[in-house]
Amino acid sequence: MIANLRPAIVSMALFSLLLGLAYPLGVTGLAQALFPAQAGGSLIRNASGEVVGSRWVGQNFKDQAYLRPRPSAAGKDGYDAAGSSGSNLGPLNEDLAARIKTDAEALRAESPAPIPVDAVTTSGSGLDPHVSPANAARQVARIATARKAQPAEVQAVIAANTEGSTFGLLGEPRVNVLAVNLALDARWPRAQR
Amino acid sequence: MDWRGWAEIVFTIAVTVAVGWPLGIYMARVWAGERTPLDLLLKPVETGFYAALGVDRNKGQNWLGYAGAVLAFSAAGFVLLYALLRLQGLLPLNPQGFDGLSPHLAFNTAVSFVTNTNWQSYGGETTMSSLSQMLGLTVQNFVSAGAGLAIAAAVARAFAADRGEMLGNFWVDLTRSVLYVLLPVSIVTALALVAAGVPQSLLANVTAKTLEGADQIIALFPVASQEAIKQWGTNGGGLFNVNSAHPLENPTPLTNLIEVVSLNALAFGTVIAFGRVAGARKEARALLAAMVILVGLGAAAIYSSETLTPQPAMIAAGITDAPANMEGKEVRFGAAASSIWAAQTTGASNGSVNSMHASYMPLGGGAAMFLMQLGEILPGGVGSGLYGMVVMALLAVFVAGLMVGRTPEYLGKKVESREIKFAMLAVLILPLAILGFSAIAAVLPVALEGLLNKGPRGLTEILYAYSSAAGNNGSAFAGLTANAPWWNTTLGIAMLLGRFAYMIPVIALAGAIAAKPKLKPTAGTLPSDSPLFVGLLIGIILILGGLQFFPALALGPIVEHFQVLAAVR
Repeated sequence: MIANLRPAIVSMALFSLLLGLAYPLGVTGLAQALFPAQAGGSLIRNASGEVVGSRWVGQNFKDQAYLRPRPSAAGKDGYDAAGSSGSNLGPLNEDLAARIKTDAEALRAESPAPIPVDAVTTSGSGLDPHVSPANAARQVARIATARKAQPAEVQAVIAANTEGSTFGLLGEPRVNVLAVNLALDARWPRAQR
Repeated sequence: MDWRGWAEIVFTIAVTVAVGWPLGIYMARVWAGERTPLDLLLKPVETGFYAALGVDRNKGQNWLGYAGAVLAFSAAGFVLLYALLRLQGLLPLNPQGFDGLSPHLAFNTAVSFVTNTNWQSYGGETTMSSLSQMLGLTVQNFVSAGAGLAIAAAVARAFAADRGEMLGNFWVDLTRSVLYVLLPVSIVTALALVAAGVPQSLLANVTAKTLEGADQIIALFPVASQEAIKQWGTNGGGLFNVNSAHPLENPTPLTNLIEVVSLNALAFGTVIAFGRVAGARKEARALLAAMVILVGLGAAAIYSSETLTPQPAMIAAGITDAPANMEGKEVRFGAAASSIWAAQTTGASNGSVNSMHASYMPLGGGAAMFLMQLGEILPGGVGSGLYGMVVMALLAVFVAGLMVGRTPEYLGKKVESREIKFAMLAVLILPLAILGFSAIAAVLPVALEGLLNKGPRGLTEILYAYSSAAGNNGSAFAGLTANAPWWNTTLGIAMLLGRFAYMIPVIALAGAIAAKPKLKPTAGTLPSDSPLFVGLLIGIILILGGLQFFPALALGPIVEHFQVLAAVR
């Protein structure tokens, strides 16, 4: 064991310098130089340069005129981007059943259309930036009324921010909620609503 | 379920093997000390390492020397990481001003990362400073994986040896595995992930003003660099609480593919490298086939469960068209990408997740747990999966030998009582740690306080935690609040047992194998490269796992499945 003492300690010291400092800092330098937008968190800024969010991090929207995201278990009020969390409730958990029931009733009050699964389930991260196309389509009438717009126009904005499966193979079709809401605000500015 | 989902699952496994295979060929060269294209850059670094360590690269170690070096290295890593976590509050690069960790959390986390488990009793974005993430966790992500690869190299050499004693030199194997394999693939993967949208920033966080006027604090980190090695090293400890479900760790289906492929590719590659070094390429392919078949079956079971099991909460709320269980899953991944990830991560002792297993349907979560209980060999952690699979192969030829009354051989080495004793010593540690600790926790009030769900689901939370810890996996049924003295301490002990009480008998086994004469196959040798052998091996793995864990599974996921069916009737 004594013979192993020096290599054990020295190797940990060297590995710490190489892998703990040089590697992450080197990758940071390269990433910031090559892909500054992504490396900085894919932040979206408004006309005056303020950060309004990240392309990838879901936000809560409650206003009638906005596309609403999925329910979220991150933080007390949901969408706490400094405290990601899923609900971790099992399929037989009573709290899960109660939550889904309440949410489903609220959604039915808004529209009689069938409720897509993602509209009443929390995501793994609590920060899901997307909803399913069916979930978005279900909200078109409400958004159009609130914005005094034609439903077809709202649907067109949603369609422009919908992605299919990558290469037709990977992942599910999805609508980026923040992107849609930015586009809605650009098309029908807040003051005119 | 739909055809696209099945196609994604098959495609993902195929790409993983296709990436791992050439890496394995390359790694065999690295283990053998041969020239590689990276010599120009890395040779001076490597030579400098040996000089600083005071290691003679040509001096071999017998099994005791090799095991001693592994233990000394792991102990040094533990002490350093424990100190770093305890003193976090006093150290720089701590923009959020987090305090040092409590003793039991620091113990659990240090053990967790040194044993390549990466169980997270903490939420990364609310606990760990940037310095702890980089200098502590990232370093262990590399070197604990490197130690696993080193031992795989030693086991491979043991089968190649003819009445030998030396297994190689741990310091050389470790250094070369880290420098020539793990570091380059991580750099490439990290940059690919950034290009595809993953952040890599030293800023602590950014405050966004949302469209509705609220403040949203977005946590940022050097994510991509740690994400890359977290996957390649089968570590699994995420930057964020929710791991690769977090959209900043894994923003798109493309980053998801990159991450899930790098999660398993090197473990498959280790099998190929083993075949080349041990001079048993065809036999290694048989091991690979068994791994692919079982992990594929696991993915199919999980995908079926998540899409076909009726969901009581939906039906009670009057939602009849629920094609998949989306609780705890991200829209961009859906059921298929979540299921293949769940199978690959639990088959591989990685433990990263892109969906919350705690919200899976009973049989889906049960299948994920069973993949861990099969011994983390499908394909297992880098290095550790290979040597676990070799132990299973030895047991398979032994059982076959008993059936036909011949002395069993594997890869030209007679398998006798000494080898089987070491193999069984290693294999028995899993049920001992998993079932033993679970039995105690299931009746101990202080342990039960941590559970979120009740009934069979609660038992599954307990079983899953110890399966994950003993298998050095690190994923969780996260309903369990494990950041408490009982859980942190016992899970830490289970991780230590699962790593070292498994590894030491395997190194001893390698010593015994190396010392044996290398025999030529005869007419009486059971061919270990045939489909028949693959079937036998799969049978042994399933029977061993089934016998050990079926009673516990029956009380957890299986009974819960019938409860679900009863609830929707």
